[in-house]
Amino acid sequence: MMRRLVGRVAPRGLWLLGALLLALMIAPHFANDYVLTVLILILYFSYTGQAWNIMMGFAGQLSLGHALYVGLGAYTAAALYVHFGIGPWIGLLAAVPVAMAAGAIIGFLAFRFGVAGVYFAILTIAFAEFARIGFDHVAYTGGSAGYFLPVAQYAHNDLWNLRGAPIMFYYVILALTVAAFVLCRLLLRSRVGYFWLAIREDEEAARALGIDTFRYKMIAVVISAGMTAVAGVFYAFYYNNLFPEQVFSIARSIELILAPIIGGIGTLFGPVLGAFVLTGLSEGMTDLLHALGFDIPGAKQVFYGICLLVVVVALPDGIWPWLSRRLGLERRR
Amino acid sequence: MPVDVYLNVAVSGLLTGLVYGLMALGLSVIFGVVRVVNFAHGEMMTIAMYLAIVLFQSLHLDPLVMMVPIAGVLFAFGYALQAGLINPFINRPEHAQFILLVAVALILVNVLLLIFGPDARSVQTSYAYDSFALGPLIVDATKVYAGAAAIVVAAALFAFFRLSYVGKAIRACADNYTGALVVGLNVKRLYALTFGIGAACVGAAGSMLVLIIDVTPPLGPQYTLLAFVIVITGGLGSMPGALLGGVLIGMTEAMAGLLFTPSAKSMFAFAILVLVLLFRPQGILGKRAS
Repeated sequence: MMRRLVGRVAPRGLWLLGALLLALMIAPHFANDYVLTVLILILYFSYTGQAWNIMMGFAGQLSLGHALYVGLGAYTAAALYVHFGIGPWIGLLAAVPVAMAAGAIIGFLAFRFGVAGVYFAILTIAFAEFARIGFDHVAYTGGSAGYFLPVAQYAHNDLWNLRGAPIMFYYVILALTVAAFVLCRLLLRSRVGYFWLAIREDEEAARALGIDTFRYKMIAVVISAGMTAVAGVFYAFYYNNLFPEQVFSIARSIELILAPIIGGIGTLFGPVLGAFVLTGLSEGMTDLLHALGFDIPGAKQVFYGICLLVVVVALPDGIWPWLSRRLGLERRR
Repeated sequence: MPVDVYLNVAVSGLLTGLVYGLMALGLSVIFGVVRVVNFAHGEMMTIAMYLAIVLFQSLHLDPLVMMVPIAGVLFAFGYALQAGLINPFINRPEHAQFILLVAVALILVNVLLLIFGPDARSVQTSYAYDSFALGPLIVDATKVYAGAAAIVVAAALFAFFRLSYVGKAIRACADNYTGALVVGLNVKRLYALTFGIGAACVGAAGSMLVLIIDVTPPLGPQYTLLAFVIVITGGLGSMPGALLGGVLIGMTEAMAGLLFTPSAKSMFAFAILVLVLLFRPQGILGKRAS
């Protein structure tokens, strides 16, 4: 397993990765509360980006409705905590299967009926929107008025119930991000991973080679949905409030896929890099506009949109493939 | 509830649905020819709606009359967008096109937010509260005008694509890209024209819709989604399908608002979309992709 994990990686790449991990491990001791929140946000988007990347980057299935899995995970765990006092770690055992089931249903319906490409993307949006409006009318979880988790004292960190200071959340999401990175690497170097790449590149050819494309696309959706639900549980306990309008909104789904697309679709490091670039850009813009006294609603998003446009036009494959060539990390063929 | 309530709501939904249909027609034309999914469609409509409001408030020009110049402005915008930004992206993968248009949409929504602020705006025409009575049926005059205008614009568009030389050339591009290149059509320019025409449709629809609903900048993304639902329900690339889908979704929303709760009305639209995608992925009037 170790060989599968680190085999055929340029040594320089491993060193850089180790250095980054070390920097992230010690970062909270040098960062103030604001920087820590930004780092949590970056890691959150790295994690969700990694999860989405399994579906789009590996298996080539464009999902624009991943907010659905975040929301289902968040609401399931929150409901268990609020109504039954069941902590988030046990809650995961329910939240992940719920999201996986939703992914399986969508995947089954879409892949069985031959819904693909743009149509598949819009089907995923439709399910997420359906859930958004549906949850608006579920009184059990607060409906459109929002669902609130009891906020604990910050006096001590309760890891078991995920109640505590931001620094605890930071290490939780860092651990999740590292785990997702390792899992994706293992998946990519496994039999399933190679099948996914074959499906992504040419589904017809993959089928002709005897790959059960339906089965492997289903596996991709289910794993991706389950991983995304874990982020949902984190979201619920970190923010302590859930509104269907926010959690399931299409804006959330888009936000979640920007990092891997900007970073580099189908690459392992793309989602992480993309999250750093986009969140950094967004926060930096807030500061800059504030400093310039140009703090009008909308101004930040306009610049954000322009930056996005520039990246998409200038770097078609994302930033990471370009950067890794620059850093000399490209494997020699 | 008496029967005429249902009838009234159904007719109201039908007329709103025609305007929805015109908006969706723009999306359908663009996708059918350029094969690019316009994720900034609703945002372009909000631009048209704000133009209509500005013209009405400053010069007291009626949105239904201003429909033509507004459609013209949107045509220019769409043409420029396709020629400048989207044409280089035609052979790029779907997700790249998607992000490009999401970025455009993000910029449009927030530029509108910068200029007009987050408050809802509307126009108050002199005929805003007029209505026609036909037996038990009482119909808003604005909705009748808007629905009729939508039919006129759609008919003009059908005629353009069937009868004019340029319309035929655009259909040729849609049917066979390589073939169109071989016979010497300037495909890129025709794509830009098509995007412009699609944008003009949505511009016309926006100037009608401003009579029916209030506009805020975040309305854009919602209408982008609605346009998708309509177009896929009717059949992506099918022009009559877009109108039919618009009417179907308009009436479904109106009925759901009456029978359940208005806030849940789009849920039924999405439910219809899911059913259509599963049982007839090419849409009600769409042709099966080869």
